[in-house]
Amino acid sequence: MNEALYDSIVLDRARHPRHAGRPAAFDAMGAGENRMCGDQVSIFRVGSTYRHEAVGCAILAASAELMCDAATGKNAGEIAILAKSFEQLVKTGQASPELGDLNALAGIAQYPSRLRCATLPWSALKASLAGDPGAGDRDHD
Amino acid sequence: MSQATQPLDVHKLREDFPILSQKVHGKPFVFLDSGASAQKPKQVIEAMRFVMEAQYANVHRGLHYMSEKASDAYEAVRDKVAELINAGSRDEIVFTRNATESVNLVAYTWGRSALKPGDAVAVSEMEHHANLVPWQMLRDAHGTALRIVKITESGELDWDSLEEVFADGKVKLLSLTHMSNVLGTYTPVERLAKFAHERGAKLMLDGAQAIVHRAVDVRAIDADFYVFSGHKLYGPTGIGVLYAKAEILEQMPPFMGGGDMIASVGYQNSTWAKPPHRFEAGTPAIIETIGLGAAIDYVRAVGFDAIAEHERHLTEHALGVLSQIEGLRILGSAQDRGGVISFVMKDAHAHDIATLLDRQGIAVRAGHHCAEPLMGRLGVTSTARASFGLYTLPEEIDALATGLERVRKIFA
Repeated sequence: MNEALYDSIVLDRARHPRHAGRPAAFDAMGAGENRMCGDQVSIFRVGSTYRHEAVGCAILAASAELMCDAATGKNAGEIAILAKSFEQLVKTGQASPELGDLNALAGIAQYPSRLRCATLPWSALKASLAGDPGAGDRDHD
Repeated sequence: MSQATQPLDVHKLREDFPILSQKVHGKPFVFLDSGASAQKPKQVIEAMRFVMEAQYANVHRGLHYMSEKASDAYEAVRDKVAELINAGSRDEIVFTRNATESVNLVAYTWGRSALKPGDAVAVSEMEHHANLVPWQMLRDAHGTALRIVKITESGELDWDSLEEVFADGKVKLLSLTHMSNVLGTYTPVERLAKFAHERGAKLMLDGAQAIVHRAVDVRAIDADFYVFSGHKLYGPTGIGVLYAKAEILEQMPPFMGGGDMIASVGYQNSTWAKPPHRFEAGTPAIIETIGLGAAIDYVRAVGFDAIAEHERHLTEHALGVLSQIEGLRILGSAQDRGGVISFVMKDAHAHDIATLLDRQGIAVRAGHHCAEPLMGRLGVTSTARASFGLYTLPEEIDALATGLERVRKIFA
């Protein structure tokens, strides 16, 4: 069975998150929801670090984790560039060096129906940057 | 036709379904998503091809040979449907796009004419969105109330709740699933019809799942309305059925206006055709309807007794092997249940389960199954669901169990 999508980084970060949990205080937040599967994610910015609250599948949780790693210390412009690269990654499956551990999610390209699981945290992150906490994806079955 | 007691030769039947011999991701295709839509036998595919190649013209219009042939073939399906569900008359069969449209038709026409503001419609906690949202829309447009009958922990109707919902005498329609698309529960429809009728209410049944698995007799049930879709019954998409008792249909105003549904038309006023044509505006799904006819011929030739017996064995087998998997929880444990099994697994989200199974060639559904409020009631956001058809093999259920063991190990 091709389980490449669920490689060790993805499973490890889904099960042992480092950035999970709502911080007591935060500077900005954004949320996203996928109504098709019930996935929900909130992203919180604390200074130049990020935390998430992800309720859903392993891909969502791992994506939120790796995104928080990658976004730490970056400004809005840098995050926008990173988000574009990530979108390319999950659509094409082509790894690129600047994405680092995020490349672990390249396998999602083979599962178009799961694309939103990987991109939902990014939608929430963008919403947090735009100052619109509810602007994340809201998808329907 | 084989005798009812004769077990199905499933391997032979599978030869009728060309898609089942495909490989998916290099593995044999194990299709356990018939509850969403069933695969099509070549008899259906051929019937649809034949009508387009040899018998096609618009129906009910042309005074020419092809139109007459097509009209005869199309109208013959109304008789087949009437026989399938033992309707009192072919005129009680209205063709729609699907079960959803059938419910909407009833809500829009009967709901707005027979119900008064303040009257109530009752549904259960385990309805598909198709038997919930139209009643919310009717409530908002027409001022009827919407009441929800609770289900028990086992996933069966809660009769105390039903009594309560009916207590003030305002419920004029009880609209329920005949078989839950999430829990597999069959509802005790004869008893429910009696219950509703004794209290002056009509009974509508959503038969989208049930029609596939058991012989349905709308007169024995004494259902006032019965709806189903063709595509779950091994027929094509785009064709569904509304059955309603003749005296109810007679009183119902049209749903949509246009050709075919009229008796006479003037620039300012028109009069309506009698049922069922009153409810079939515009050129219908001719090819799909004829496909449904072929599907009905197919399942009747296989035999509902044999299908029901086969699926009973499959369900028992599945409940047995799935309950052996550590951390797997099956939702619902109704006494009377069919071949639809929803489950959740510890630490593995339904979508992860479905994706990992898919890589092994196994198709299951994952999500809220168009029953979002029920997910909330069950305390889950989504489930994985395996559902069976007449072509499902016990070995495929074993393949599912093996696949789920792998999923469990990955997430353990």
